[in-house]
Amino acid sequence: MKSFRLAFLLAAALTAASAFAQPVSKVKIGLVSTLSGPNGAIGEEIRDAFNLAVQLNGGSLGGVPVEMVIGDDQFNPQVGKQLFERMVKRDKVDFMTGVVFSNIMLAGLPEAVNEKVFYISPNAAPSPLAGKDCNPFFFAASWPNDAYHEAAGQHATTRGFKSAYLMAPNYQAGKDSLAGFKRFYKGKVVDEVYTKLGQLDYSAELAQVRAAKPEVMYAFLPGGMGVNFIKQFVAAGLNKDIRLVLPGFGADQDVSRGVGDVMLGIQDTAHWALDLNNPANKKFVTEFEKAYKRLPTVYAAQGYDTALILDSAIRSVKGNINDKDAMRKAFREVKFDSVRGAFKFNTNHYPVQNYYLREVKKDSQGRLVNLLASTQPVMANHGDAYVQECGMR
Amino acid sequence: MTWILFLEQALNGLQFGLMLFLLASGLTLVFGIMDMINLAHGALYMVGAFLAAWLAQLTQSFVLGVLLAIPLTAVFGMVMESTLLRTLYARDHMSQVLATFALILIINEAVRMIWGTDMPLAAPAALSGPVELLPGLFYPSYRLVIIGVGLVLAGLLYLAVTRTRVGAWVRAGASNREMAMAMGINIQWLFTLVFGLGAALCAVAGALLGPLLAVQVGMGESVLILAFVVIVIGGIGSIWGAFVGSLLVGFVDTFGRTLMPALFREIFPPQVASAAGPAVASILVYLLMAVVLFLRPQGLFARR
Repeated sequence: MKSFRLAFLLAAALTAASAFAQPVSKVKIGLVSTLSGPNGAIGEEIRDAFNLAVQLNGGSLGGVPVEMVIGDDQFNPQVGKQLFERMVKRDKVDFMTGVVFSNIMLAGLPEAVNEKVFYISPNAAPSPLAGKDCNPFFFAASWPNDAYHEAAGQHATTRGFKSAYLMAPNYQAGKDSLAGFKRFYKGKVVDEVYTKLGQLDYSAELAQVRAAKPEVMYAFLPGGMGVNFIKQFVAAGLNKDIRLVLPGFGADQDVSRGVGDVMLGIQDTAHWALDLNNPANKKFVTEFEKAYKRLPTVYAAQGYDTALILDSAIRSVKGNINDKDAMRKAFREVKFDSVRGAFKFNTNHYPVQNYYLREVKKDSQGRLVNLLASTQPVMANHGDAYVQECGMR
Repeated sequence: MTWILFLEQALNGLQFGLMLFLLASGLTLVFGIMDMINLAHGALYMVGAFLAAWLAQLTQSFVLGVLLAIPLTAVFGMVMESTLLRTLYARDHMSQVLATFALILIINEAVRMIWGTDMPLAAPAALSGPVELLPGLFYPSYRLVIIGVGLVLAGLLYLAVTRTRVGAWVRAGASNREMAMAMGINIQWLFTLVFGLGAALCAVAGALLGPLLAVQVGMGESVLILAFVVIVIGGIGSIWGAFVGSLLVGFVDTFGRTLMPALFREIFPPQVASAAGPAVASILVYLLMAVVLFLRPQGLFARR
């Protein structure tokens, strides 16, 4: 009896040892992001927030000390791809993360996932990767590409805006964004205008908007285009009669700093806000401001959550990060205190979460801050429209 | 299209056209009188905008910033002419294009080193809202100021070129350089003066458009292409041609951007229209240039 038990124990121990790799002594994380040029500020938000989470965790994730490898993609897909290759093959990183822009991430991603290195996206989450191209080594810690636009469309429907005027740059993401808005908007779309990518003067388009007299205007104009559009929209006096709604990143702290007080009252939709009431978020906002002397944006919130997801998943596999199947299971079932509140991965590894309406207000120090317009979500536990096309179950 | 919308779009076209004129007038004179292709003309526009943004920050006054930037940019242009560009007059156009293209790169990087990739420049707060011109016709007050400044400068330029002695020299130089020299006009001094004037006009355009668009490195390149389109349409060396060409380009671009998509929606199914409309609108200006080149290769108001 005794020997039987011993043999059983030995067998169990041996199978365990062969099935599970040993816990590692350190975890290496590759972070590729846009850290220079006009869009460099976005990458810095992600990097700074990720580093903050690691620091607050005592320099480790899931109880394993962290070594960071950081690279600047220079807003260039080719450079991004080379960085991915170098980090995966030469630096032998355990996880990859960091990229801001979809086109750069899509260029680099195969270098990681083909080598069975998990990529946790702190921002880019294009629709194809949610549907037919979904990947067992890809997780999006941010929000599906259409989600902000869908939430804006839902908000316009809920508020009962009868007519909407839509505007986006004439490229794929622009068209996807307006498609997302229309998916949940039940009113009448007066007009849908596609402008030249990089256009800076919107006088002609704004005159058309005035003549069309819509109740709500939705504009997806990332970066400098949005800054100019908002300024010119207000200068034309359109903000008096028409509600301007933007996607969350279009009215965030970085945009407010560039545009100034005319931002007051502009609304946007996002999965996170500075004043979302949960302990994790309070800690994040306070610590971020203390460390970097500025208020975080959605990008920072996503970068911070990415680190928390890694932390929780590594902890639940007890540091055995080389067992890829166990690791994937840990990601899929990840439980952590997200700064956005409730969070869950869908079967396509894209988040299911709430989306809120936010509004640019002034805080007690006279700063422009983007706060919740209502604590009631515009969309609750919202996934994406592509999950059925994904083969993973 | 209601008449109010039409009027508003006409003002938009006028505003865009006048700013183009400030750039194109300098370019056309330099090209016409010195027979010099200066690609770095757009760089002067950028330098003017950065100087205005920097000086507005120092003096805490937008108006002061703009007023100081204009003579400084003119001096910068004159120094550029008398040290570098002067040696290029005798060369062929290809050498000039290469040399001034290099200048663009050098000036862009220099500006980036001094001021960074971009600078904030805001119009006075009093001009941030709209004005009701006619019942129902609201127009941004700042754009009205731009139109006013543009019209005044165009008028002054016209008077200077047609009514003054220096203007007569400029016209003589543009019509026939050798003959003007034979008549005893100090061409070298005239060239430097014209170049300084062109740079000053660039600075006005850059500083005025700064708050509307963005003060950033590379802002000169995109607008330079349109300025070349303008002088090709108007005829090289002709101020009047530059004026007409600028307004034509301004109106065609503004109305094209709004009418083309609407027109396409009438003819084609929505998917095609939404893709083709904006695409055609953005090449309309170049189509106009092609038509002018086909019918009148020397431009509408050519001097020669």
